[in-house]
Amino acid sequence: MRSGQWAAWAFLTPVVLYLLVFYAYPLYRNVELSLRNYTVRSFVQGDAPFAGFANYAKVFADATFGPALWHTVVFTLVSLALQFTIGLVLAMFFLKNFRLSATLRGLFLVPWLLPLIVSGSTWSWMLNSDSGVVNAVLAWLGIGPVNWLTSPDWSLWSVIIANIWIGIPFNLVVLYSGLQAIPPAIYEAAALDGANGWQRFWKVTFPLLRPVSAITLLLGLVYTLKVFDIIWIMTKGGPSGSSTTFATWSYRLGFGNLVPSFGPGAAVGNLLIVMALVFGLIYIRAQRRQAPV
Amino acid sequence: MRHLKTAIGLVVTAVMLFPVYWMINVSFTRDQDMRKSPPNWFPVDGTLDGYRAVLDQQLPYLGVSLVVGLGTVALTLLLAAPAAYSLAKLRPRGGGVLSFVLLIAQMIPGIIMAMGFYAIFLSTGVLNTVPGLIVADSTLAVPFAVLILTTFMSGIPEELLQAARTDGAGVLRTFWSIVLPVSRNSIITVSLFAFLWAWSDFIFASTLDQGGDHQPITLGIYHYIGNNNQEWNAIMATAVIASIPATILLVVAQRYVAAGVTAGAVKD
Repeated sequence: MRSGQWAAWAFLTPVVLYLLVFYAYPLYRNVELSLRNYTVRSFVQGDAPFAGFANYAKVFADATFGPALWHTVVFTLVSLALQFTIGLVLAMFFLKNFRLSATLRGLFLVPWLLPLIVSGSTWSWMLNSDSGVVNAVLAWLGIGPVNWLTSPDWSLWSVIIANIWIGIPFNLVVLYSGLQAIPPAIYEAAALDGANGWQRFWKVTFPLLRPVSAITLLLGLVYTLKVFDIIWIMTKGGPSGSSTTFATWSYRLGFGNLVPSFGPGAAVGNLLIVMALVFGLIYIRAQRRQAPV
Repeated sequence: MRHLKTAIGLVVTAVMLFPVYWMINVSFTRDQDMRKSPPNWFPVDGTLDGYRAVLDQQLPYLGVSLVVGLGTVALTLLLAAPAAYSLAKLRPRGGGVLSFVLLIAQMIPGIIMAMGFYAIFLSTGVLNTVPGLIVADSTLAVPFAVLILTTFMSGIPEELLQAARTDGAGVLRTFWSIVLPVSRNSIITVSLFAFLWAWSDFIFASTLDQGGDHQPITLGIYHYIGNNNQEWNAIMATAVIASIPATILLVVAQRYVAAGVTAGAVKD
């Protein structure tokens, strides 16, 4: 038995070392970055003075903080709600086996598989104010051109639309597999008892799907909070910060300017982790409170 | 009724995939038609100029992405396959905790990893190198790979391993000659995902390789957008080429893709 444990851990050692060096250590360096006053020179020499929570104080006092927090919350919640709803409706639709349903469901995975730079640049061109196809369609419907990416009123909604498009496949696939696990006999029993389609959804499907829904939403929440690529590629968080979230703000502080401010950048990044934890805990508590019903 | 559903399904899918169609359409559009209003809905006066530009300018980027993708696959399998075998079949003490850590590790925002890596890479001199990028990209795939392979290897019948042991095979031999061949399908799935994520990575490339001599295709497209935002046919042609691995993945392994989404539920 002892030699068995020895072999088991011999096989695990590479991955454990890997986790320590390439996950734990970067995370530690990130915390350290946020607690010191780094400049480009001290970054190279590694003798930056300890600054305590000065970087965090700077971030909280920054005029970007409030709007970035609000954009992060709006971006996350709106994306999540619509991805989930659309994904659920599509999953229920595809559950009815019709001709081509498997193929079409497969095609729905495409947006999820495309590199984000591809989706981002494609949406950028589609939403272009003068030559974009979206405004061309709107003009045909008699609606004036919308400055999707260049107006502060619309930029956040533009990146939300693109993000929903990318997130639908994930919700569809997971919810579809959840729906498949519900035994048809329950629906038949409900139908025999005279339940109509609407009642079957709210009294049978919805409660039985709750565990799968919870996982889908929780993972969606964590992944949406950290979305960076699509926003940066489409708007760089602009114009004038109107689509800046914590993720893009952190990137801009650390890498987006000629003079990088690594300390505040790392501080914003760490706030993002705290936010994911807080959201996650609130969510789990809400789930638990509902569970006994 | 069934035909009606198929018709609705086709329409919904067409709407969903319109951006993909539009990318392809624009990639064939001539420069002088690019800002036409209304736009050309079909590539009637199509041109291959965009693709010619890709061949002229983007091949080095594509080559780097290929190398980075394959390197990430190799590194991921090297780390994940033994670990998964151990977690699935050798019952290590503390294995449950490790699985939980792997689950959490997937949720760390990329920007935080990027900043930590930047600090480490700068002091160790691997900033702007291909091996550095491979290591960073592998963090996108390793936790997922361990979890998926563990799930699969748990399903290998115990009798099979018992038989190997009776024939005198040690742990290592059993792993190499029995477990790995039997797990071929899940190893292919994991490899495809690891390749795709490394190929698609933008955040690590743009932070850890922005000054490098060898940059991946995601940065190729990004520079394109930044520099000459007039030649959208060339940009979209590059985007089409950059989508080829995703297309292959879907055609070859649609079953596994859906299984991968559901099992690991990951996407960076």
